Amino acid sequence: MRLREIPLTAWIGILGILFAFGCAVFAPLIAPYGEREIVAGVWEPASDLYLLGTDNLGRDLLSRLIYGAQTTLFVSLAASILSFSIGIFLSFTAAVSGGPIDQGLSRLNDLMMSIPTLIFALVVLAVLPQNIFILIAVMAILDSTRVYRLGRAVALDVAVMEFVEAAKLRGEGRMWIIFREILPNTLSPLLAEFGLRFAFSILFLSTLSFLGLGIQPPAADWGGMVKDNKDGIIFGIQAALIPGGAIAALAVCVNMVVDWLLKRTSSLKGGRGDV
Amino acid sequence: MSDLLSVRDLRIGATIFPPGEAPQDIEIVHGVTFDLQKGKVLGLIGESGAGKSTIGLAALAYGRGGVRITGGEVLLDGEDILPLDKKGIRKIRGARVCYVAQSAAASFNPAHKLGDQVIEATVEHGIMSREEARKRADDLFEILGLPDPKNFGNRFPHQVSGGQLQRAMTAMALCSKPELIVFDEPTTALDVTTQIDVLAAIKNAIEKTGTAALYITHDLAVVAQISDDIMVLRNGETVEYGPVQQIIENPRQEYTKALVNVRQTKQTEARDQTDALLKVENISAAYGNGVQVLHDVSLHVPRGQTLAVVGESGSGKSTLARVITGLLPPFKGSVTFGDEELSNAQKDRSRDHLRRIQLIYQMADTAMNPRQTVGQIIGRPLQFYFGKRGAERKKEVIKLLDEIEMGQAFYDRYPAELSGGQKQRVAIARALAAQPELILCDEPTSALDPLVAEGILDLLLRLQKERQVSYLFITHDIAIVRAIADSVAVMLQGKLVDFGPRSEVLNPPFDDYTDLLLKSVPEMELGWLEKVLATRKMESAGH
Repeated sequence: MRLREIPLTAWIGILGILFAFGCAVFAPLIAPYGEREIVAGVWEPASDLYLLGTDNLGRDLLSRLIYGAQTTLFVSLAASILSFSIGIFLSFTAAVSGGPIDQGLSRLNDLMMSIPTLIFALVVLAVLPQNIFILIAVMAILDSTRVYRLGRAVALDVAVMEFVEAAKLRGEGRMWIIFREILPNTLSPLLAEFGLRFAFSILFLSTLSFLGLGIQPPAADWGGMVKDNKDGIIFGIQAALIPGGAIAALAVCVNMVVDWLLKRTSSLKGGRGDV
Repeated sequence: MSDLLSVRDLRIGATIFPPGEAPQDIEIVHGVTFDLQKGKVLGLIGESGAGKSTIGLAALAYGRGGVRITGGEVLLDGEDILPLDKKGIRKIRGARVCYVAQSAAASFNPAHKLGDQVIEATVEHGIMSREEARKRADDLFEILGLPDPKNFGNRFPHQVSGGQLQRAMTAMALCSKPELIVFDEPTTALDVTTQIDVLAAIKNAIEKTGTAALYITHDLAVVAQISDDIMVLRNGETVEYGPVQQIIENPRQEYTKALVNVRQTKQTEARDQTDALLKVENISAAYGNGVQVLHDVSLHVPRGQTLAVVGESGSGKSTLARVITGLLPPFKGSVTFGDEELSNAQKDRSRDHLRRIQLIYQMADTAMNPRQTVGQIIGRPLQFYFGKRGAERKKEVIKLLDEIEMGQAFYDRYPAELSGGQKQRVAIARALAAQPELILCDEPTSALDPLVAEGILDLLLRLQKERQVSYLFITHDIAIVRAIADSVAVMLQGKLVDFGPRSEVLNPPFDDYTDLLLKSVPEMELGWLEKVLATRKMESAGH
């Protein structure tokens, strides 16, 4: 696999994601001011001192954006990975086992999906203690219902293939069949879904923060920053648009990379992919 | 006599998309030339990828899926049809030149009645009025031997059988009184007993209507019955081109000789067939929907020998293999392996029992995980059953690769990078890796070209000699049975109709159905079709 084969859009996506992660990792080094430091007046315009201006409490917007990348990326990535682990494991078990296990898991999943996600999350998060791990767990479990749906559909397609039957005839255990026979053949749709879900996770986290149930102030997070600064929009102050733009840009970058991965993995199977 | 169709130095190209590389233009037909007179039939024969369908479609000035005609001339009655524009080509297709596809079932629109589809092109071209066309269709249905020809056109595609659909498609092609019909493997997807009816119907229709035909097939025995001339193709080039008699009786090229001589008897029948390795007793089985597919089947596979199970599609032969593997537990009867009775369900069987019975599938493509390399595919049973790992495992895999005549170079390849025959060889190596005593072969050669299939059969026979492994060989091809079987079981609609040593089953006195099956297999002999049809008529007259 040569670097030259990576298309331009994927490069843009990769650079965008690397940039965001770079900000998250090196936040204390590159941020000009502290995360919670009040440095100037409220909603000051961009200047040499404050490159993106200040927010509703007079904190430097750029610094908060950089620190915000930390929480936003960590929480959404952790939630996506966890939701995929849960969703794929359960859906593949259901697809391989069939019968009552499949019925039980699938109906439970339908039950979960029948409750609107946001309302479910609001109720649960309002009851449970407010900390970051519970937030991740709730986001992951709610998201895993979607992963389960897709996972079961793609796994059922592969589970009826003869090489799976051959593995069963060999006497292989369920775990081998799930992780060695089925998973590698379902990676393309799952990877694409992962990109989408990751982007949705960022948005969902931002929504929760916007509603006051996500990341708690004064910690910075992109969705929460939009909320903090939303009132500024009425006065023509753009502070809310900057974290909003960051969310959008990251979501687009992730999808550009996923699109390319999807093409690459589908060509591995001997197909042409969608050229 | 003037030539109806004259193809001069035809060259056809296509664009391929190798994974990870830039698209490339390649030539797939390299300058083919032939002539066809009015009322004659030319057989195009070759293995898959020989370019025979592509050449057939070029007679309609058509290139399928990214295929382009890059050079040469296709003269229809002296006029080159390749440079014609869309309008000009349209006047020819479906009116002067018609096409009969391989899979009629996939080519008919299920939402319309057969009659309407058969006359559609004819009416569209304004050759006949709707009423005239309908009358002609009814006549054609009769010529083609379809049941109740007056009402046949009122049926929908799903209401008739595969063989009848194929004949309906021939009627569609004949309806506009074309000068030329291109038959693209019209009988390949049919059972032998159905194939012979369709073949006879097509031959009869061609003779009565006086149309010329290009007949494309991979089966030399079939084309010998119907053609006047034969052109043997390989890799887009003409290997041999001549009258049918010369090709069959006196082939000049090595490749043609190999095609003519394919499927000779290879194995003398074993004498002692009493030492049963696998015994199937009174098996009755049904699928989940309650339809019973096996009725009281009893047979045995002698140790170190081959039992061929033969029958048409739907006769339950693959189901029998599923019962033996335990994938489909029977509701009655037992399977005994060696001295032990096997559990009905596969998940209750011990690992050792599973190891000793292996299965080879018809489609090697789907039987191997596309994301595993050849080394992983063959190595897994070694690790799973014998605990071999690392270098030791690799050594064994390479030994197996040598045994199937492929070699070390294939160790890191993925299945997508292998040819059909190589895939089937890898599947055989995977089965062998378990050191089984019995291998169930579910039509392992029916998806392969004749010469490749022969290589697989040779390999299986050699392995049997070296390893004393028994085969239960499922097939619909009597020629294979003749070539490799020690004993034969004939199945019809889930019942065993005949079972015994090959010499008894395949020689008189016959069971009725075995007789029909045997007589329906095309033989590499001129005039075979007429002979069979004549005996059939005599028999029905006698009854």
